[in-house]
Parts: sequence; structure tokens; C-alpha cells
Amino acid sequence: MSQDELLQEVTATDYKYGFYSDIETDRMDAGLSEDVIRRISAKKMEPQWMTEWRLEAYRIWLEMDEPDWANVNYQKVDFQAISYYAAPVKKQISSLDEVDPELLKTFEKLGISLNEQKRLSGVAMDIIVDSVSVATTFKKTLAEKGVIFCSMSEAIQDHPELVKKYLGTVIPRTDNYYAALNSAVFTDGSFCYIPKGVRCPMELSTYFRINEANTGQFERTLLVADEGSFVSYLEGCTAPQRDENQLHAAVVELVALDHAEIKYSTVQNWYPGDAEGKGGVYNFVTKRGICEAYAKISWTQVETGSAVTWKYPSCILKGDYSIGEFYSVALTNHHQQADTGTKMIHLGRNTKSTIISKGISAGQSHNSYRGLVRMGPRAENARNFSQCDSLLMGDRCGAHTFPYIEVKNSTARTEHEATTSKIGEDQIFYCQQRGLNMEAAIALIINGYAKEVLNQLPMEFAVEAQKLLAISLEGSVG
Amino acid sequence: MLEIRELHASIGDKEILRGVNLTVKPGEVHAIMGPNGSGKSTLSSVIAGREEYQVTSGDVLWDGKSILELAPEERAHLGLFLGFQYPVEIPGVSVSNFVKTALNAVRAARGEEALDASSMLKKMREALQLLEMDKGFLSRSLNEGFSGGEKKRNEIFQMAMLEPRLAILDETDSGLDIDALRIVAQGVNGLRSAKASFVVITHYQRLLDYIIPDVVHVLLNGRIVKAGDKSLAYALEERGYDWIKKEVE
Repeated sequence: MSQDELLQEVTATDYKYGFYSDIETDRMDAGLSEDVIRRISAKKMEPQWMTEWRLEAYRIWLEMDEPDWANVNYQKVDFQAISYYAAPVKKQISSLDEVDPELLKTFEKLGISLNEQKRLSGVAMDIIVDSVSVATTFKKTLAEKGVIFCSMSEAIQDHPELVKKYLGTVIPRTDNYYAALNSAVFTDGSFCYIPKGVRCPMELSTYFRINEANTGQFERTLLVADEGSFVSYLEGCTAPQRDENQLHAAVVELVALDHAEIKYSTVQNWYPGDAEGKGGVYNFVTKRGICEAYAKISWTQVETGSAVTWKYPSCILKGDYSIGEFYSVALTNHHQQADTGTKMIHLGRNTKSTIISKGISAGQSHNSYRGLVRMGPRAENARNFSQCDSLLMGDRCGAHTFPYIEVKNSTARTEHEATTSKIGEDQIFYCQQRGLNMEAAIALIINGYAKEVLNQLPMEFAVEAQKLLAISLEGSVG
Repeated sequence: MLEIRELHASIGDKEILRGVNLTVKPGEVHAIMGPNGSGKSTLSSVIAGREEYQVTSGDVLWDGKSILELAPEERAHLGLFLGFQYPVEIPGVSVSNFVKTALNAVRAARGEEALDASSMLKKMREALQLLEMDKGFLSRSLNEGFSGGEKKRNEIFQMAMLEPRLAILDETDSGLDIDALRIVAQGVNGLRSAKASFVVITHYQRLLDYIIPDVVHVLLNGRIVKAGDKSLAYALEERGYDWIKKEVE
């Protein structure tokens, strides 16, 4: 059954389960200590090895300093002021009338259906009923292929051997400050395993998984594609999340074994703060994948949200002939700050990587591309091509590029191209003369600029991403 | 349909148009000639609504109503088209996507439904034929890497798609070889009708061999100082502008 048919079947069905109105709240007091970590682990009924793994991460974290090399300025986080455990809390909303009208307006512009709107804004009945039923039908189809797709908590219970084997192998607990913190306190996330030779029959999306809305600030994702398998994974929500959590420190690990391919697409649209720069999410994410021989990992990201972004989805090209790709559009407006890019670590022979980064800065925002291309001594004939473009709107924003290139093999080759341009009044006037208003003109120009990246996204995602880019820039020219 | 009355316009504190009068009736073709710096491009920009120019006095009427307060796109929705002297590049936006977006924006503003895909394609094919262009052109990035001739043909292609009531062609002939000139002229002539009017701005009379104007105007120092039939264009080609300058003084 195709994904569309599935959705069709599920959405066409009337509610079978009635209302669900059991509001559960279970929140730990603020603060972080070994005891808090033990309690998190206990609440989740985790096995001893997992508890120990977390505690070790916490001890590592205590020894580390918060990084300050990124080109961003923000008020440092008080880690003792955060509550590290909150069980799913469903907002008690029974109809759309109670939802922030601002949010609904945005939904309308995005063209999101009414049911979808309810789901996204947390109208209780629809979340529960819809997602449970969708997820169940969905899981059956995947199970037939042997694909495991569940929450990280479930995986720890049901597939401990897989979790033990791969967790922390791509991003060790010692990797960086936020990764160590995440390893100690993560509450949930997604786990996915594609067996040998299986082509995952549908695009996997966190969208369909239950409890997704509340995985919290410290999300942990692990995706393993066994030999010769293929999976396309979509992350994130394309509607604005009015999240109150200040800090998001997620970790995503991808493992692509020999001849496997993983395509990982993200549309990130957390609350960016208001036009004056008040509020907004700090998004400090560590994402990395490892490619064995002939494997391929492709990261595509459209980043429009968050007040501060610190994010470098990377590829370790360990196996010979493996391929890494990074396609990114990062848009900042108002007072947003983004320091984002990628690392391509070429270890194997004949490895290939491509980096296409498109930054768009508007308002008084700052947008930095930071990238590392490293060719190891064994990386015979390795190739990299990087293209980093920046587009400026107005004269109060900034675009910065920090490319690092390290080559330790004389047969390896890297190319780096960079451009900076401005949306010209000439371009806007040209579009207006043909009948487009200013906002439509800017949307058209921006989408043209970002086209190489948007083309990498699955179709429906690309359409929403296009609208999102336009909405994020509303009011930025005038 | 278009009436310009005593139009004064400036950029910064420099006055460029100093009392232009011009009336264009439906179906007419007017040529505006003049030396460099006489205000030809300013005139077309002001009519199209470009913001850098301030209209200090006078008026531009469309069907008897002033359009000076309208945004550029609102003027386009009325059926005004400007063929640019230097069309801009918009990387990543294909010609077909651009034209489709533009045409549907105009239709929406007029309360018409968006054109369905097959009608849109059919219309594009017809326009391409008129301009002797092949289909591959549609998928290219707008004006990016286009030759001078291709850019100008692209302007006429868009004009054919949008079917304006009044098209101003700003030095569409400059930089064109004789074949491209013939094709562009063919495009314009194919669109001539009792309803469509044209204002052709040019330096040279050779375009007017192909697009026969009803009236030729001479713009000098921000004013239309002389009007005549096609023979005026020949006289200018032969004798330059000095004799007119003297005549005016």
C-alpha cells in the first residue's frame, strides 16, 4: 500500500476511539544531578546499561566547557534552571477557537488542511485519535518489510542489542558539550533500522509517530541502514512551533553500512523570537552520519526558525567510494543568528562529497556558513565540491563564510566556490512590472536562488518549504 | 487610452522630464526618438511606476483615470507592459515558471481563474512560434546567460503571453543584429490589433522600417518638441538632432 493510499484510508475513516481527555502531567523539578539522571532512567524503566551510559555522559559533560567559537551571541543557558523530565503533557484544547489566531493565520498561508491544523496546534482529540490510527496502519506495512521504526524509548526496551551496538558510535558522548548533555538526559526520539537489501517502501517521517509532539528538548535519533538498504527520512514540522523551551540540544546519528543509502531531510521552523529579538529557541544540534564502503548519506536542510542555530550535519566517509552530500538553505530574519554548515571527513579512497549552501539574511540577522572539508592521508582520489552562496536583503544584516579545508593526500581534490549577492530593486521592479506584488516577487526570487537545494526535498515537503521561505521573509522589505 | 499631461519628473533634485504631453489611442503605434539623456528611459520608468522617480507635476491618465498613485503591479494588471532595455537576470527561475506566475497574477488581479496547465502550454507554444524560439528556451533560467538578442526576444515573448493593452518597448532594438531585429518586429506586428497600442522608444529608424509607426515624436531635454509621420524618422537618421535643437530655440 502506498503512503498516499494509507493516508487516504486512515483520514477517510471516522473516529473509532471517541474522545481522549486524560491529561497527564508529570514534571520533575528543575536542576541536573546524577540523581536526576537516575530518576529519568528509572521513570523510563531503562535497563542498567542505559543508566550507566547516561551517567558516564553526565560525568564527561561536567568536565567540559560550553563552546563559544560560533559566530553567535546569546544569553548563556542556566542548566540548573531546566526541568529535564516532563512526561507527555497534552494541552487541554478542544477546538480551534482556543488556538492562537496568529498561528492559525500562518497555517492558512501554508495551505495546511483543517484537520492538520488541529493536529499541529494540539487539539487533543485529533492528536490522539489520528496519530494512533495512522501510526498503527503505517507500522504494519513497515513490519512486513522488517523495518523497525519506533521511539527511542521503545527501542531501548525492544531492541537493546541494536541500540547498544550503534548508540554513540557516530557521535560519542565526548564529542561536544551539547552531545554529552543530550546523552545524559535525552528523554526520547526516533529509532529506525532498515534490514539488509530493503528499500524502505515509504518516506519515514516523525510526523506519523505518536507522542512526537512532546519528545522534548533533548531528542535522540538513531538511524541504521543495513547493507544495500535505502531509506528517506523526513524530520521536523513545517508549521511554526510556538515552543517555550529555550534550549534544544538534539543528537542525530546515521549509520549507512556497505552500499546503503540514507536521505535525511529537515525543515526546521522553531519559534525564531519576535521582530525585536525577544524569545525564541536556541537550537544546538549535533548531526552526523558514517558511510561504509559505497554507502551514501545525503543531508538536506531548510532552516528558517530558531533564534540561535548551531548545527553542522556531517558525513564521515569511512568506506571507499562512499558519498556525502549536504544541501542547505538557511534563512535568518529580524534578530536571528545562524552558524551552520557541514563537515565532510574523507577517510576512504575515491570518496566524494558535495556541499551546496545557500544563506539568506534579512533584517538585522547574522548568517554564517561554517564548513570543514578534510581529506585524510588514505583518501586517494577523493573529491569535494563546495558552493556557498549568500544573499543579503537590506543593509543591516550580515553574511559570513568560514570554510576550512585540510588536505593530507596529494591526489585528493577540492573545489570551493562562493558568491554574495543582494536582491536588487531592479529584480523586484522587473517582477512587479509583470504583475507580481512585492512579496510574490521576493518569494519568486528567493525560491529561484534556493532551487538547487529545494529540488533535493521530497515533493510535498518542497512545496511547503517554498511557502515557508516566503512567509519567513514577510515584512522584511518595504 | 493613455494620456500624458504636462508631466514633470525628477530623480534626486535633477529634473529630467520637463512637461511631456503625449496621447496614445487604441491600436496606435507611437515612436519616441531622441538623443542620449533626453529622458526616454525616464519616461517609460515613470509610466511603469518606478519608485526612484518623483513626479513633481502633471499627470498620467489611463482610460481617463490617473495611475500615478498605483503600484507598478497594479499598472501591469491594467494591461501596461514595459519591454526593458536591460532585462534583469533571475537565477533559478525558469522562463516558463516566471511567465506562468506573472500571467496568473495578472489574471487573479482581474478576477479570472488561473490558466490550466494545458492551455498555458498551448499559449506558450504559440508565442514561441511567433518569435522563432525553440522549446528548450522555456526551461532556462530567466535571462541568465542569455545573449543580447535572446533577452530582447524573451521580452517580446512575455509580451505575447501577457497580451497588454499598451506596451512600451524601451530600445528593444539596441544590440540586435538584423535577423533578431526582424524576428522581434515580427513578434510586435503579430500582436498589433485595433485594441493594442505600442510606444516604441528607439535611437534608430531601422526598427521603424519593420514596425511602421503612426506618429514619430522627438524627445529633447525632457520635452516632446516635434511630432510627425514616418518621414520624420528618416530626417533624423540623415540629419541628426541639431537642426531640431535649433528649430526649438
